[in-house]
Amino acid sequence: MPLLRVRDLSVTSGSLTLVNGVNLEVNAGERVGLIGESGSGKSLTALAIAGLLGEGLRASGEVSLDGEDLVAATERRRCEVRGSRIAMVFQEPMSALNPTRRIGDQVGETLRIHQGLSRRSAEKAAVDLLRRVEFADPERYVRMYPHELSGGQRQRVMIASAISCDPEVILADEPTTALDVTVQRRVLDLLDRLVDESGCALLLIAHDLAVVSEVCDRVVTMYGGRVVESGSVAQIIDDPHHPYTKALLATSKALSVAETSLGTSLPSIPGTVPNAGQFPRGCPFRDRCDRRVEACVEVPPTLVRDTRTLACWNPVVDDEPVLEEAP
Amino acid sequence: MDAAVRLGRALMPLLRRVGTIAVALWGASVLVFVVLNVLPGSPAQVILGTQATPQAVRQLTIQLGLNKPLLRQYLDWVGGLLHGSLGVSYISHLSIGAQIAQALSVTGPLVLFALIIGLVIGLPLGFLGALRNGRVSGSLIGSLSQIGMAVPTVVAGLLLVIILTVKLHVFPTSGFPGWSDPLQALRALVLPAFSLGLVEGAILSRYVRASVLEQLRSDYLRTARSKGLRVGQALRRHGIRNAAIPLVTVVGLELASLIVGAIVVENVFALPGLGLLLLDSVNNRDLITVQDIAMLVASAVLVINLVVDLSYRLLDPRLKGLS
Ligand SMILES: Nc1ncnc2c1ncn2[C@@H]1O[C@H](COP(=O)(O)OP(=O)(O)OP(=O)(O)O)[C@@H](O)[C@H]1O
Ligand code: SF4
Ligand SMILES: [Mg+2]
Repeated sequence: MPLLRVRDLSVTSGSLTLVNGVNLEVNAGERVGLIGESGSGKSLTALAIAGLLGEGLRASGEVSLDGEDLVAATERRRCEVRGSRIAMVFQEPMSALNPTRRIGDQVGETLRIHQGLSRRSAEKAAVDLLRRVEFADPERYVRMYPHELSGGQRQRVMIASAISCDPEVILADEPTTALDVTVQRRVLDLLDRLVDESGCALLLIAHDLAVVSEVCDRVVTMYGGRVVESGSVAQIIDDPHHPYTKALLATSKALSVAETSLGTSLPSIPGTVPNAGQFPRGCPFRDRCDRRVEACVEVPPTLVRDTRTLACWNPVVDDEPVLEEAP
Repeated sequence: MDAAVRLGRALMPLLRRVGTIAVALWGASVLVFVVLNVLPGSPAQVILGTQATPQAVRQLTIQLGLNKPLLRQYLDWVGGLLHGSLGVSYISHLSIGAQIAQALSVTGPLVLFALIIGLVIGLPLGFLGALRNGRVSGSLIGSLSQIGMAVPTVVAGLLLVIILTVKLHVFPTSGFPGWSDPLQALRALVLPAFSLGLVEGAILSRYVRASVLEQLRSDYLRTARSKGLRVGQALRRHGIRNAAIPLVTVVGLELASLIVGAIVVENVFALPGLGLLLLDSVNNRDLITVQDIAMLVASAVLVINLVVDLSYRLLDPRLKGLS
């Protein structure tokens, strides 16, 4: 049984369906990358897993941690899980930290909540945690406020707070996107190392396939609130079957080339991501896809073969594999 | 040495603020003096009545020192203020300082009472409105505060008088028995304080609601919840201090508007406070008293602003070291 099992997860806002029947699994100790353009529903999926959707949003479906459904659980029960077994790292480390509380308080808080640490011992623990996330002088930093830190330091503080209770899974929502390019690498390496050391599972949300291919074991591609393809990193990177994943991969590769040869215009996927609720009927990628066929006006079923899943009527494969319908 | 430098640096913003206040007060004194002295009607004429002979009026004018050049009169007045002497009333020949102190013993408690009522109404109502946002009870609180805001203080006062005194005889309609019997004195203040505080409470509740809502939607509250705190706990630990930052300004403004409002309400309820003293003095062209009261209100507002600014610094660590 997987550690985290998401079945038919949907997020709605009134009559709008923002996340639509997402299935995904994260095994203990596994690292799963969640990719897709802006507006694909990645953040909402992560927030729905943690039960932290904003007002006006509703989740349905199943999110099981070790077999226990968190969507159906009481809020009290979810609070016991949050922070201790599922931890989160958010995209914007500045706004995610409370500007009027000291770093030490905020790093040690999860321990105080779940392990009943006193203020004193939580602060001691915070010093150790800051050292683990590579602060050279942690005793000084615990007394500081977020505005006195750089973006990279703030994100390391968030990571320190996330690992404090040894969670079984960390949901990291684009942890390096808001950071300076020069420190993205360092923060990513740090997260990579800490996850390695603790053996916890990781759901890493990213725009960028390069990041995911480096850190993760498996990749899930989302578009229009749906999972369109998933598989091992090797399978997806070397041999994407879904036209959307392939296009995303092409832009990622072009991006890393363009970094060295400035001046070339970056190729991107033609068209733009529609606003929520304005995706076409049937396959959400239909009006941007160059492989569309007549069948694409219907939602493609998600097919499962071995370790891959795919939802496309006309996938990018030369030797048509024998796919069977998902149970 | 080092400590002295650091202390100096810490006190700098405060000193700068005090300097600004001094300049503002000086400006206010010029303004008040000029405006009141271009007002038509000579004090001597008003005091002696329309029947008085020109000679008598002239004699009183000299006696009051009103024939001196305006600059001289201004300097005499401000010089007195700087020495702590508020002057003597043209009319009653009593010390203005004593009269104002007497009036403040009514207006001060009235404003304080009204502020407490405003806070007691505004804070819980605003919190509830934010926590129940999107539900029926939330909208109900919203409309309630809207009604409260729409009703002018005077109307609220008159309504309260009619309902609670004329009809129900619960409170005295007007007048003030003095503080020799504190219970009776408080009873006399209840209605005026409510008519002031209700409106301020309604206004405050809107700001509290907006501020708390902003906190509930903030990223760091979501972070707090991701650590395992329930919404209420997260709000208590991470939201209240941040929500208070904009509210301090609002409360400061409300306090200032309460002082002004008290002047009006005192006239409705015939309370012998600053408002009544001001009105009498204006009617009698008792210029120095009017000037003194205006300066007092101006200083009060400036001091409130100073306190608001300083509490910002206490609440928000980002402002430390900034001026
Ligand atoms: N509270 C909300 N109410 C209504 N629509 C929302 C809300 N939050 C997000 N959305 C919409 O849902 C869609 C998916 O949002 P989401 O934040 O999950 O995208 P994302 O994949 O994380 O994108 P990004 O890369 O920009 O973070 C977007 O179109 C967004 O505008
Ligand atoms: S289902 Fe059709 S439109 Fe959608 S990605 Fe596949 S081929 Fe393109
Ligand atoms: Mg996102």
